[in-house]
Amino acid sequence: MASPATDYTRTAIALHWLIALLIFGMFPLGIYMVDLPLSPQKLKIYSWHKWAGVTVFLLAVTRAAWRVSHPAPPPSAAMPAWQRSAANVIHALLYILIIVVPLSGWLMSSAKGFQTVYLGIIPLPDLLTKDKALGDALAWLHRFLTFTLGALVITHFTAALKHHLIDRDEVLARMLPFLGRKK
Amino acid sequence: MKRTTIVLAIALGTAAPAFAQAGPPSGWGVDAARSSITAVSRQMNVPVEGRFRRFTAQVSFDPARPADAKAQVEIDIASFDLGAEEFNREAARKEWFDATRYPKATFVTSAVKAAGPGRFEAAGKLTIKGRTMDVVAPVSFKAEDNQNVFEGMVPIKRLQFNIGEGEWKDTSTVADEVQIKFRIVAARK
Repeated sequence: MASPATDYTRTAIALHWLIALLIFGMFPLGIYMVDLPLSPQKLKIYSWHKWAGVTVFLLAVTRAAWRVSHPAPPPSAAMPAWQRSAANVIHALLYILIIVVPLSGWLMSSAKGFQTVYLGIIPLPDLLTKDKALGDALAWLHRFLTFTLGALVITHFTAALKHHLIDRDEVLARMLPFLGRKK
Repeated sequence: MKRTTIVLAIALGTAAPAFAQAGPPSGWGVDAARSSITAVSRQMNVPVEGRFRRFTAQVSFDPARPADAKAQVEIDIASFDLGAEEFNREAARKEWFDATRYPKATFVTSAVKAAGPGRFEAAGKLTIKGRTMDVVAPVSFKAEDNQNVFEGMVPIKRLQFNIGEGEWKDTSTVADEVQIKFRIVAARK
């Protein structure tokens, strides 16, 4: 174990923002694509969505492993205990969801009978056999988990802004180094 | 004459072939549950398989005299099942199979020749969506005690049959190459 950290590593920061960007892109894309009439464009968007999802999964697993070997800096001591607990719970749920949301999408795709071929090159194994009822259930689950993730991201984002703008502490700057740190 | 012909047409499910060799002509029937005609295409490089749930076939075949073999297959286009209602509706539309105007696809052999033990090459005319192309289907034949299995694959290019018009001509989304796979099982009754 490393000594108690005071900063996030560059790797942790890069992984955080890469995953954030992918989620910001995929969430609206996912909502947009499901109601499109069938067209080559729709098939392309579905594939891109799946590729982005696999990418999020790979980054999320890497990030979770990185987090275990490189502990995050502790929450600001100035924060009330309930806020620290809430932050810990939300961070844990975010970690779980960035892994589970792509997994649910992959399983849904398998159950609906469409294999996922990452980047059009690497076929992922179908973990489930084709089953319409199961596919529909997993579609519901994928949507439910995605909206839960969305709500948590908004909470996370709002809390970070509150720290920066109201508390004027360094919580946001730890993850956004260009904001500059108070010395 | 050992060659016999069986004509089978099963209204629902599947249908199929015929067989000769031994036994009375009526001694063989298609095992509908194990016979199939499917088409495999690639969509964004993802293999997608559709199944023709209804077809009829007439096969006249004596393994000892492959050159005399004849086969005729008629496929009910509207029975094409991709496993999702949205795709099935799309496949029947004018841009794809135009199932209303061209309800049947057919394959009729023109020449059959041996291609090694248990293997044959069936050349014939394949008609889909009103367009006829010459194709060659490698067929494997396996005679077992109680069943006879014909299996093979015909590679086609969908655009040669005008399957996928307009925006669907784009082969970067749905590949031009399609494999039509068939497996016909005739079982002793």
